[in-house]
Amino acid sequence: MPLLKVTIDNIEVEVEAGTTIMNAARKIGGHVVPPAMCYYSKLEGSGGKCRTCLVKVSQGSAKDPRPMPKLVASCRTMVQDGMVVQNTTSPEAMESRRAITEFLLVNHPLDCPVCDQAGECHLQDLSYVHGIQETRTVEERRTFKPIDIGDKIKLNMNRCILCYRCVMVGDQITDKRVHGVLGRGDHSEISTHILNAVDNDFSGNMIDVCPVGALTDNTFRFKSRVWFTKPFDAHRECSKCSGKVALWMKGEEILRVTGRKDKYGEVEEFICNDCRFDRKELKDWVVEGPRTIERHSVISQNHYETSPGKSVRVSK
Amino acid sequence: MQTLTNRSKMVSDKKMTFMEWIYLPAIFKGMSITIRHFFGKKATINYPEQKREFSKVYRGQHVLKRDDQGRERCTACGLCAVACPAEAITMRAAERKPGEENLYREEKYAAVYEINMLRCIFCGDCEDACPKEAIFLTDRIVASQYERKPFVYGKDILVEPLDLNLRIDISARQTEAVHQFKLVKRYAHNK
Repeated sequence: MPLLKVTIDNIEVEVEAGTTIMNAARKIGGHVVPPAMCYYSKLEGSGGKCRTCLVKVSQGSAKDPRPMPKLVASCRTMVQDGMVVQNTTSPEAMESRRAITEFLLVNHPLDCPVCDQAGECHLQDLSYVHGIQETRTVEERRTFKPIDIGDKIKLNMNRCILCYRCVMVGDQITDKRVHGVLGRGDHSEISTHILNAVDNDFSGNMIDVCPVGALTDNTFRFKSRVWFTKPFDAHRECSKCSGKVALWMKGEEILRVTGRKDKYGEVEEFICNDCRFDRKELKDWVVEGPRTIERHSVISQNHYETSPGKSVRVSK
Repeated sequence: MQTLTNRSKMVSDKKMTFMEWIYLPAIFKGMSITIRHFFGKKATINYPEQKREFSKVYRGQHVLKRDDQGRERCTACGLCAVACPAEAITMRAAERKPGEENLYREEKYAAVYEINMLRCIFCGDCEDACPKEAIFLTDRIVASQYERKPFVYGKDILVEPLDLNLRIDISARQTEAVHQFKLVKRYAHNK
């Protein structure tokens, strides 16, 4: 199978047939990677909903060099040989991204000072780069009361951007999905038919895949801001999952357990609810070492040490 | 060796002259300078009977503001603590219970909020960072203490009194742009 040659932002890369523009860009890495709010490489069928990854295809392929008439969603469009893609170099794509960000924020409450996701929120990052300073809408935002779906997960529907990632977790990671999107169009909302129904072993992964603060960990609720905790890699023997997690610690206290997220915010391996919610003792874990955090991330603020301090006992 | 300034003087052990030996001219010269200062303008004031006039935007002891309905504005977002170059601020958040809506403005509030006044350098970065207009520096002076412990100010000192007459006016610290912004009621922030 010959490799296809694609040019993204004037950088050439060779990928296999059937690769999306998004994954070709991720192969290059750096600033050419379009932001993604709904696409999640570990979840089959994700993507194509949020439209933040729109890029301009200025040359369809080597055989047919006409540009594509509209901007395309890079997470859903397959590359063709000789395709030329413009992401950050296209003013049109950047303008659309600004507009999309504004649309995503139309019903978003902007309660970042209260939200537990602040500091690792993709919508925050997106609006920091592409958002405009002011609100241009005067309409009332739709509001919902935060509810508990399952005893460990808090659903704050106000913040939801309807990316469907959590629905796909329900379908693909857990054996039975009990929540979903109710209503259509402007009335769509994530919910369960019967309250407190989500209790599958892997349902906690909804929290990790949620790009915003719509699904948050009830055991971590308001415990600490993300940037006051230090992430450590740790593992344990677990019969249900790989047991490889990231511990978010403050001193010797484990405040939160999540999957290990890569630079695109996607977990490397899904973890079970037992590891996530019920193992908050240091003796449960074998701490491997601190996670590396991007220097410009707010999470790296006030962290002077890059190795586990004296206060952390590494158990054997 | 090359000198750094021209103010250094070489020391010598030469024999003093008679006028130098009796010391009196040097004593009178020194005393005249001292006595001249008795009649000049005083450099000090009699604090606390007298007080100096402060700048309108003097940066003294902090205040945690309440809103018009007496609810605490602070939501323990931690931005002041992360902005603080001296790391003087610590806090712990708690969730507002049903029935406490008249006490706290948002669903999360600061259960513990402490500023270590020995660490604080009064730069005002916390005030700049605050998204809720909760913390402001005021023209009050941090009182001196004999021990270190009382310098860690908790919410009992920082939060302004509920009584409307005892509220601390910080409007002088806000720019005209902020006052204009606050007039627009359609912003959720100002409701």
